[in-house]
Amino acid sequence: MNFSYYPGCTLKNKAQDLDRWARLSAEALGIHLEELETWQCCGGAYSMGKDEIASKLASVRALQAAKEKGQDLVTLCSACHNVLKQANDAMANDPDFSLRANNYMALDTPYKGETKVIHYLELLRDVVGFDNLKKAVKNPLKGKKIAAYYGCLLLRPGKVMQMDNPENPRIMEDFIRAIGAEPVLWANRNECCGGYAVLEDKAIAVKKSTAVMDNAADQQAEMLITACPLCLYNLTKNSASETRLPVKYFTELLAEALGVKE
Amino acid sequence: MSKYDREQILRTSGVNVLKCMRCGKCSATCPSYDEMEYHPHQFVYMVEKGEIEPLLQSKSLYKCLSCFACVERCPRGVEPAKLVEAVRLQVIRQQGMNHLKPDDIPALLDDDLPQQAIVTALRKYSK
Ligand code: SF4
Ligand code: SF4
Repeated sequence: MNFSYYPGCTLKNKAQDLDRWARLSAEALGIHLEELETWQCCGGAYSMGKDEIASKLASVRALQAAKEKGQDLVTLCSACHNVLKQANDAMANDPDFSLRANNYMALDTPYKGETKVIHYLELLRDVVGFDNLKKAVKNPLKGKKIAAYYGCLLLRPGKVMQMDNPENPRIMEDFIRAIGAEPVLWANRNECCGGYAVLEDKAIAVKKSTAVMDNAADQQAEMLITACPLCLYNLTKNSASETRLPVKYFTELLAEALGVKE
Repeated sequence: MSKYDREQILRTSGVNVLKCMRCGKCSATCPSYDEMEYHPHQFVYMVEKGEIEPLLQSKSLYKCLSCFACVERCPRGVEPAKLVEAVRLQVIRQQGMNHLKPDDIPALLDDDLPQQAIVTALRKYSK
């Protein structure tokens, strides 16, 4: 089965592992991710201003490219997913923005939010199915206690993201079970790591990441998994927690479980 | 100026400040609460009252992490983060008011910093 795929800038640079394990695992599961031929950086954060047009066009172009191929668009980085999904929602439901963006794009047929954007985790849940994933696992991660870290961008705003219950999600926990490990329940799984503020205000990132790491450690987790390069960075580099649990991309564990991690 | 600012902020954000019942839940859940001089619920009522100038001057504008916790958890669907963003845009859209300049960036980098952090900070702090 073929899907359009939007990797985003960070997956071409500091987060190459997130991308690599995702592609290898998808192939092993019979899914081919076709990277969009031309794509631009999504900007990392959705511009919430209703009169912000130019800063959303990169997303709209990617959405339109997938529409032209007649494919659903798969994302992986939490931030790209959030931005593309919110831009798509605006194209479908904000007529004023949609009109102005379409005026820039000058397409034969206006884009109106037709492309379905799905995160890689949704691909696993809704296309592959966690039951089938479980059957495909060659090296179950038996007995490993893993804390699923959603952070802020995967689930919110819930009414747009529609991935899972934003306050009580289970998609990552179900993924952990499917690869044979044991999910840990903990409070901070959908609280912010400090995000981009780290660039000019490290103290916020230290404080927030420490709270996340402390909470995961208190709940006896052995490691954390994430879909976000910035979460991984903040938690590994900026947590001042006494416990330094490993933080891994969920795709790395997936590749390990599927036996495709060389 | 202030009246114009208020209207522009309301238009840019699309927020209806009159929906707010001042329960404070947005501020209670905000991860940057301690770092902010004005908290999300204060943005909402200060914009409602037209007290825009203190917000335009406040460093709180650069403490919002865009985590959407206030958006998700507001019982009235006010979406305070959109108001914080609109006030910030009102400032950085002015000539010479960028909070982060490209020249500042090299000194802030380290070997592991993901590109995502740089593009996001530029998007949030500069025009
Ligand atoms: S949570 Fe919503 S209703 Fe409550 S104070 Fe904040 S904006 Fe107002
Ligand atoms: S989006 Fe900003 S204002 Fe709202 S809770 Fe997060 S940090 Fe606070």
